[in-house]
Amino acid sequence: MSISIEEHDYIGLSEVNMEKKACEVANNNKDLNLKATELRLGLPGSESPEREAVNGGVIKNLVAGAKRGFSDTINGGSGKWVFSVNGGSEVDLVKNGGGLFSCSKVENMNSGLGVGSVKESAVLASPKPVLLEKKVQVSANSSNGQTSAPAPKQQVVGWPPIRSFRKNTMAVSHTKNEEETDGKMGSGCLYVKVSMDGAPYLRKVDLEIYSSYLDLSSALEKMFSCFTIGQYGSHGAPTRDGLSESRLMDLLHGSEYVLTYEDKDGDWMLVGDVPWDMFIRSCKRMRIMKSSDAIGLAPRAMEKCRNRT
Amino acid sequence: MVYSLPEEVLEHVFSFITLDKDRNAVSLVCKSWYEIERWCRRRIFVGNCYAVSPSIMTRRFPEVRSVELKGKPHFADFNLVPEGWGGFACPWISEMSRAYPWLEEIRLKRMVVTDESLELISTSFKNFKVLVLSSCEGFSTDGLAAIAANCRNLRKLDLRESEVMDLSGHWLSHFPNTCTSLESLNIACLGSEVSFSALERLVGRSPNLKILRLNRAVPLEKLSTLLCRAPQLVELGTGAYSSGIRSDVYSSLSKAFLGCKELKGLSGFWDVDPSYLLAFYSVCSRLTSLNLSYATIRSPDITKVISQCPNLQRLWVLDHVEDSGLNAVALSCKDLRELRVFPSDPYIADANVTLTEQGLVSVSEGCPKLQSVLYFCRQMSNSALITIARNRPNLICFRLCVIEPRAPDYLTLEPLDVGFGAIVEHCKELRRLSLSGLLTDRVFEYIGRHAKRLEMLSIAFAGNSDLGLHHVLSGCDGLRKLEIRDCPFGDKALLANVAKLETMRSLWMSSCAVSYGACKFLSQKMPMLNVEVIDENGSLDSRFDSCPVEKLYIYRTVAGPRSDMPGYIRTIDRDRVNTIS
Repeated sequence: MSISIEEHDYIGLSEVNMEKKACEVANNNKDLNLKATELRLGLPGSESPEREAVNGGVIKNLVAGAKRGFSDTINGGSGKWVFSVNGGSEVDLVKNGGGLFSCSKVENMNSGLGVGSVKESAVLASPKPVLLEKKVQVSANSSNGQTSAPAPKQQVVGWPPIRSFRKNTMAVSHTKNEEETDGKMGSGCLYVKVSMDGAPYLRKVDLEIYSSYLDLSSALEKMFSCFTIGQYGSHGAPTRDGLSESRLMDLLHGSEYVLTYEDKDGDWMLVGDVPWDMFIRSCKRMRIMKSSDAIGLAPRAMEKCRNRT
Repeated sequence: MVYSLPEEVLEHVFSFITLDKDRNAVSLVCKSWYEIERWCRRRIFVGNCYAVSPSIMTRRFPEVRSVELKGKPHFADFNLVPEGWGGFACPWISEMSRAYPWLEEIRLKRMVVTDESLELISTSFKNFKVLVLSSCEGFSTDGLAAIAANCRNLRKLDLRESEVMDLSGHWLSHFPNTCTSLESLNIACLGSEVSFSALERLVGRSPNLKILRLNRAVPLEKLSTLLCRAPQLVELGTGAYSSGIRSDVYSSLSKAFLGCKELKGLSGFWDVDPSYLLAFYSVCSRLTSLNLSYATIRSPDITKVISQCPNLQRLWVLDHVEDSGLNAVALSCKDLRELRVFPSDPYIADANVTLTEQGLVSVSEGCPKLQSVLYFCRQMSNSALITIARNRPNLICFRLCVIEPRAPDYLTLEPLDVGFGAIVEHCKELRRLSLSGLLTDRVFEYIGRHAKRLEMLSIAFAGNSDLGLHHVLSGCDGLRKLEIRDCPFGDKALLANVAKLETMRSLWMSSCAVSYGACKFLSQKMPMLNVEVIDENGSLDSRFDSCPVEKLYIYRTVAGPRSDMPGYIRTIDRDRVNTIS
């Protein structure tokens, strides 16, 4: 999996630089600030903050980009939320950490700012870091009409607002129906919990958005790296460099941790033994456990596989 | 000469006053009324478990029989609140086990409950009757086994949509043979099979069982057995509703339904086989509540069922109902109060379903008592919204989700400001509103101006500037809960309406444009508010006040800052005015 060196991992790389850029942009956009939105109220004795809220969305976009390290391919100024495909293969679609944080596309709401916003985002996006590669999903809005089947939408966390219970229930129903129809379509999402031995709290990931074990494991690496390497302290110092990433990969690929999952029968198996599609259908939750605890899992997994086929 | 009624008389009078806000008013009349009232208050509702501490509650109200608590913010339902945020029931349950030996009812929503807590509940309260765990998590079937085994007088066990660690289905067998008090059992959220014979025996020895909601794992062929054991059921949630084509199953099922003369509500219907739908036709005329929202059956079948239900008050369906089905609702269900239409395929751009705004318009025309709407659709127009508003000024709850964020009026391509404006203008009793579609600051102007009774407002992908938020905060007098995501609202509106925040239960803002500096300011100036800055990715650079905050949760509290915050919630030192290092 190619990971460019400039890749800004989601925790944040050189926030200082991004912050500066953001301020520059903010200053440039001052003249676009709508007078109507200037509010002068506040507590007695307080000063209204410097920050221009109108540009808030834009600034956020930039910093968010730094933080997330993905390229926002924005449908130029149309204000549409859905990503459009720019020539098939080079779509870098974003879905970090399976919906751990909102994949917010706080685009300019005001059409007046449309062009400016696109430019700014383009500035950020130039290195086009590839954080996650999702299977190419064509937006139905794209007029190329390449796909005949209705395409799955790009997903924003928590939208449309449907409870997990309902989503998971419908996902199972869809899976049952899929067996009758050809062509697999992600039914939307399938959240499972991922815990890691020693981590203070667990995470939830949406299995539907990954297309392979490689996708999944690299996403999990990013998600849990803060626990293995140590919680981020001061943000000024760039602690992300090639060295620590490879150290992280060593931790996970090496002997220290293994990724396991609990299947529908309640058995704990090693991730990777069954075909991907079978895995996402049977995985109920995952656990990153210390290799020392995982002895004895592998043989069972193989046996089970054999019994199934 | 001062003459006052004896305490016992006052207490008796107060026993007729049940609403919390009335009770609160009573307690403010004078000191002696405060004292009398607090000793005889039996029900407590805490809308935000961090707004008050368990000991404050037990200290003031010593004789409570029923407690209801809510934990996580509403947006936790949609995975916007990270794991480990909080809402732990444990401290509450520990304190109540110490202070309320006669506690009978516990209702928890969006809280984290452990097996230890369940065990504690089961052993601490001799007269425990009701346990409702709504969208809770953190416990397993072992905890349920403890409840089953130890609560001798259990009447209600309701696990609505909770996430239970399903270790085994044997927990149900822990109900002793002497337990005959069960009135309501809802296990619909459980994944694994419960022991059917235990279930059958339990149902058989519970003559007061009125509500039974089974889980998907209970096969259809067993349903008639249960129904025959409990013909007195008022509400039934089926398990899986398909079984291959078996005429024996069909006939015994339909006979069993015939025997249920009290049945008024039906739900469940997972994996529906349409050929079995006719089996419950005999109860349709009596049905007041029908939940087909997990049933992936198509329009003609749904329409056939609905047309048989003239007394329906509540209907939950999938968008498979289509406009034609909703037309049937408008014609047949004149008593309808609540309609919810869920999307069957929300992640597909063009679903193969003809559900449009017309369906909702028809229902608004045909159903004069309609007061609560939850509607997912793919297109909406201002004219439709205006029509709905004019037809149904008695709406109390209006939640519209146009699936595509920022989708404009599909006819005029304008924002939906005017449409929602009509809703708030005509529906003067509106208490809950969820917005969607393309919306500018104008809609918030309308809301601020008209929605005076509004208590809960949900906003997503809307607005242009802080002015929008300012309209809401300054205009909506009755606002209690405000939740916002992906809107360009920043510091100005918040800081201009600081006092408002203390009159509300809570405010959630995620992916907006609020700065860390504003949060610090709020936190330092407003000691009655907890300002939780959620920084899940560790990307917040606290050295820069202008750094935007990913997620923000502000709520009023008398309990001070909480001590159980996970590491990703940034604590803001209230004593320090300068930047935190």
